[in-house]
Amino acid sequence: MNEILNVAFVSGLIGATMRMATPIIFATLGEIIVERSGVLNLGIEGIMLMGAMTGFLVTFASGSIWLGVFSAAIVGMILGFLMAFLAVHLGLSQHVSGLGITLFATGLAMFIYRLHFGSPTVPPIIQPFKQIAIPVLSEIPIIGRGLFTQYSLTYIAWLLIPVISVLLYKTQIGLKIRTVGENPVVADTVGVNVTLTRTLCLVGGGALMGIGGSFLTLAHQNMFLIDVIGGRGWVAIAMVIFGNWDPFKGALGALIFGFLDGLQLRLQGMGIAISFHIFLMIPYLLTIVALIGVSRRAAVPASLLKPYRREEKGG
Amino acid sequence: MIGFRLVKRKPLPGWAIILIPIAAIIVTLILSAIPILMAGGHLWKSYYYLFYGALGTRFNFLETFVKASPLLMTGLAVAFAFRAKFWNIGAEGQLLAGALTATALGVSLGGVSKPLVLPIIIAAGFLAGGIWASIPALLKTKLKVDDVVSTLLLNYVMIHIMGALLFGPLQQPGSSWPRSMAIVEAACYPILMARSRFHMGIPLALFAVLVVWFINKRTIFGYQSKAVGVNIRAANFGGINTTSVILWTALISGGLAGLAGVGELCAIQYRLIMDISPGYGYSGIVIAMLGNLHPIGVLLSSLFFSVIIVGAQTMSRMTGVPTYIAEVIQGTSLMVMLIFLLFTEYRIRMVRKP
Repeated sequence: MNEILNVAFVSGLIGATMRMATPIIFATLGEIIVERSGVLNLGIEGIMLMGAMTGFLVTFASGSIWLGVFSAAIVGMILGFLMAFLAVHLGLSQHVSGLGITLFATGLAMFIYRLHFGSPTVPPIIQPFKQIAIPVLSEIPIIGRGLFTQYSLTYIAWLLIPVISVLLYKTQIGLKIRTVGENPVVADTVGVNVTLTRTLCLVGGGALMGIGGSFLTLAHQNMFLIDVIGGRGWVAIAMVIFGNWDPFKGALGALIFGFLDGLQLRLQGMGIAISFHIFLMIPYLLTIVALIGVSRRAAVPASLLKPYRREEKGG
Repeated sequence: MIGFRLVKRKPLPGWAIILIPIAAIIVTLILSAIPILMAGGHLWKSYYYLFYGALGTRFNFLETFVKASPLLMTGLAVAFAFRAKFWNIGAEGQLLAGALTATALGVSLGGVSKPLVLPIIIAAGFLAGGIWASIPALLKTKLKVDDVVSTLLLNYVMIHIMGALLFGPLQQPGSSWPRSMAIVEAACYPILMARSRFHMGIPLALFAVLVVWFINKRTIFGYQSKAVGVNIRAANFGGINTTSVILWTALISGGLAGLAGVGELCAIQYRLIMDISPGYGYSGIVIAMLGNLHPIGVLLSSLFFSVIIVGAQTMSRMTGVPTYIAEVIQGTSLMVMLIFLLFTEYRIRMVRKP
């Protein structure tokens, strides 16, 4: 047990928690914006995979890692718009449209990857992001190194949490988004364009999901593997519910997931006999428990899953 | 300015129900030409090899049915659940539950009288899938937990249960890979045609089509299940015990998916591995939608899908288009079908905006 209480272990675990939480934070924040406007985007898993693939491909071809991140965001926006076309403009079932996007994007990501790289025995790699140590802060004993020697995308993710929170609760735009999600009829009456608001939320949220995916191929790893997302998109869906549609609480959920993910990697490395699969199961079980009674909570956007067609109100 | 709006239309005649999926498939194939051309494939040659690869030789023709059988089972599972508006996205996990149960029994039933082994495994696999699906059904009816999210999450719980068992009690002794021992011979599905993998699971899946059709059309339960799907409150007022109907629907739906897992294990892999299913449960959702939730429609769309999956192998070999084109076509077909279904209910009317 000495090894577990070791300073290096704790410091390493904090660092791993932050790293593993990063893609989930991006995706969770993206999904919160989308769901607050009244749309459930189950396309998230596929959008993240397309982001991961595009980010990797563009970085590989151009040598510029930030161009990779940018392209991942653009691809996320395009897929977000496709989701908006199906679920908002045409008013199709949000469940099935989202799953359709995931299936389509997953197939497309693997297709394009194979097209460019074939099936090599050794997967191609890129020069990934380097961790940046923040002076002074990173020298705080025990916790400093883990918290403040991170990838720039991790710092951005942490900055985005308060930014999105302020956007949703303290600005005119946030008020519009929440009104559209709570009561589109009222929003429409006071002159808010419901279709446009939802479309923009899906496009913006898609960008965050794409970036979250690209973190996995540009920082966490330096290659693209087909199962690189591994259900992290669904975890984000779960964290939105777990966090009661609030950016801070959602990020807390992402941290818990990151902690368990980081812990299982370390215990596995130390040869401790507890199956890491048991650990990986915990976030899903926690979320199912969190789901119980969620419909009675006030936080769920009242018009989530309901398409809005002005014509049907007799207009 | 001219804008568009969607206007409700009168119900379409019966022929439209047959014509729409066919039209959707044609549009899908036209759209899929874009990635094929992107990959530098010759269009006619690619589509020729796609269909030749699936139907052109005896072995491949039979292989198309081999691939269709798990797709048909998961497609039926999803269609049966969706008809009652039980949004079962969890066929993947239910499939794994079936495969896991079949493995546990298949490696340990060596001492049991041979003709009993397969019936026991099939019944247990059905039950395992059914019970796994009844958890979200219970959560939905008793605690109002959204079924889409809960069924989706339970897939991952099941994957990790499987992983824990494959690295633990079910792991083949001496192996460092997550794989089980091979099942005993009595637990293997019989192969019905020489020089092929055409196995008992195929007639079993066709039989399931008949059973689901019979339940839907000829039983009171089938009627009640549909009534719950159309309007759960009205069904409740009409004296239907909706909680019990949803539970039974989930049990049958999950059971069918469980049988897909039993088939993959006892007829294809013979031992449990982490990649036992390449996403048959998720494909089942598309197949159910493409088949308009009707058992015959599901049969046809599962055959269409297996033609694409099997044919993509030959097409890839002959033209260099990556096999993942099959996944792209699947995703595209779902979206096209969704849009087509929308236009069975609505039509576009041009309106002049002031």
